[in-house]
Amino acid sequence: MSILVDKNTRLLVQGITGQEGLFHTKKMVAYGTQVVAGVTPGKGGEWVLSGKIPVFDSVKIAKDATGANTSVIFVPARFSADAMFEAADAGIELIICITEGVPVHDMMRVRNYLDHKEVRLVGPNCPGLLTPGEAKVGIIPGNIAIPGNIGVVSRSGTLTYEILYALKNLTMGVSTCVGIGGDPINGTNFIDTLMMFQEDPETEKIVLIGEIGGTDEENAAEYISQHVTKPVAAFIAGRTAPPGKRMGHAGAIVQGGTGLAEDKIKALKKARVKVAQHPEEIPSLL
Amino acid sequence: MKLHEYYSKRLFSEYGIPIPKGEIAKTPKEAQRIAKELDGPVVVKSQVLVGGRGKAGGIKVANTPKEALQHAEDILKLTIKDLPVRMVLVDQAADIKDEIYLGITNDRSARKPVIMASAEGGVDIEEIAHKTPEKIIKCQIDPLMGLQDYQARDLAAGIDLSRDHWRAFGKIAHGLWQAYINSDATLAEINPLVVTGEGQLLAVDGKMVLDDNALFRHPDLEGYRDLDVDAGVEIQAREHGLSYIKLDGNIGCMVNGAGLAMTTMDIIKLFGGEPANFLDIGGGASAEKVSTALEIILSDANVKAVLFNIFGGITRCDVVAKGILEALEEVNTNVPMVVRLVGTNAAEGRKLLQDAAMETADTLAEAAKMAVAAAKG
Repeated sequence: MSILVDKNTRLLVQGITGQEGLFHTKKMVAYGTQVVAGVTPGKGGEWVLSGKIPVFDSVKIAKDATGANTSVIFVPARFSADAMFEAADAGIELIICITEGVPVHDMMRVRNYLDHKEVRLVGPNCPGLLTPGEAKVGIIPGNIAIPGNIGVVSRSGTLTYEILYALKNLTMGVSTCVGIGGDPINGTNFIDTLMMFQEDPETEKIVLIGEIGGTDEENAAEYISQHVTKPVAAFIAGRTAPPGKRMGHAGAIVQGGTGLAEDKIKALKKARVKVAQHPEEIPSLL
Repeated sequence: MKLHEYYSKRLFSEYGIPIPKGEIAKTPKEAQRIAKELDGPVVVKSQVLVGGRGKAGGIKVANTPKEALQHAEDILKLTIKDLPVRMVLVDQAADIKDEIYLGITNDRSARKPVIMASAEGGVDIEEIAHKTPEKIIKCQIDPLMGLQDYQARDLAAGIDLSRDHWRAFGKIAHGLWQAYINSDATLAEINPLVVTGEGQLLAVDGKMVLDDNALFRHPDLEGYRDLDVDAGVEIQAREHGLSYIKLDGNIGCMVNGAGLAMTTMDIIKLFGGEPANFLDIGGGASAEKVSTALEIILSDANVKAVLFNIFGGITRCDVVAKGILEALEEVNTNVPMVVRLVGTNAAEGRKLLQDAAMETADTLAEAAKMAVAAAKG
């Protein structure tokens, strides 16, 4: 078992004919993910990967033709909101938006619209999902994690890869790795993911990787103290980040005294979460 | 991206929000001419993108055009919190009876815009939020529906605004909402919104912050970016697709990924060093990108050591190693370098670097310790 994606996931790729979309589709297929369709408006009828994957003009047509239930979005930022609306309206159950740089007003509209529908969004500005040995949806390198019982949830990309790799080197395996993304407004937050990990029988331990900005980690700490019985280890990046500066990720900014790493660490420790001083300490805390 | 007061107010005015008559001056003479045309007391206001302009002597009232000239001369010589004053706004002075606050920003945890008002205008809203949060009336706006009339009325009532002003206040709130939405702002703020002696509402000061990710929709606004706000190298970095922020320490960092870049700074500090910068070179570190990044790091004279921390996922470490070596051929330097490569083809990458007599580390902790030692000399 795992959460969100597994070997039964029937994946559709929005923006499949773009450079990024095509590159990562190859990687996802090589990993064993069932990529059943691609969508690029205006290119319906074409095929990619030597005739293996059909391309459709719209998500609706693609879904009807292939039974896709999950969509991963690689379209440029200015078209991403439209892609998310389209997937949600077509009845896709799980949308993962990899794209970085989606305007925050677009995300407010998308999120408020999606909240009225039976759909889960992960991202944007995220590396996606990896259920080792079953499915890779997004851009997390497949070779850096092995199947196991640790659930990983993170706002970051390469920092997460670091931790996955450190776990793998100690033959510690992962149930599912969820990259929730570095944007201030996203589809799935820490609490949503913690809830799923808590319910997933395969997940026995949880790793939470946060960073400065917002109060998602503090809220997660509160949730953990009340609802999570599985052991949680955490790392928070950005203790040395200067206030008022955006540290790469759109959401990584300390503003008006909110979003400080110290506050997040304090809240997590209070919830009896083991907080690592640096990422390489994580495996020893589990 | 922050907009200057004068331009924020000009935008507000386009949406029907009353603002004082005024113009921008880049010389004292211009300020004098504007004051003469406005015919009466004026306020000479420095246009710099920091708070606390008043305290720094950057805002002064002038009763005559000659006084305006003198104030402009003084203010244009100022540097406020490291930012040089390059222009002043000369506004007709308002007859202020009351000062209120009105602003719209993104409520991150509610994932909605929030409109806020306070009867205590003219002071830093964050200070009010901190000391007396009950004095701020907030109302979340559904981004799919927009601001509703009743919400504006609730705010007006919430701050005990006299009923005579509700209609005008509602118009201003809607204008601000339109300015916020149509400019993809993350903050649109009138502080203070004054009630004048004549019983009018007037936006005396204005501030807008725009979403950098949405500037493609507003090419006209990009031209109003104040280039003094970011260090020159930060702008240079942005142009090369690098994310760089200068810090005060002496260990330069080059990392792929924002989260990992922050972590690298943190671990340097953890082991007794001070990071000189945040730098994310992004995915696929080509030799060209690496050398530009290295040039930027070394342009900081404080840098005594450089730490490369690269996680090879889809990016292969041997390719990055080659990039680093090529970059070092172009950038001549004696600054010691420590390289940590992990992930795909890390062993091959490390061998390439070791052959070139570079210091390599296996773990992040080890790399940080080596860099701290190297910086101490």
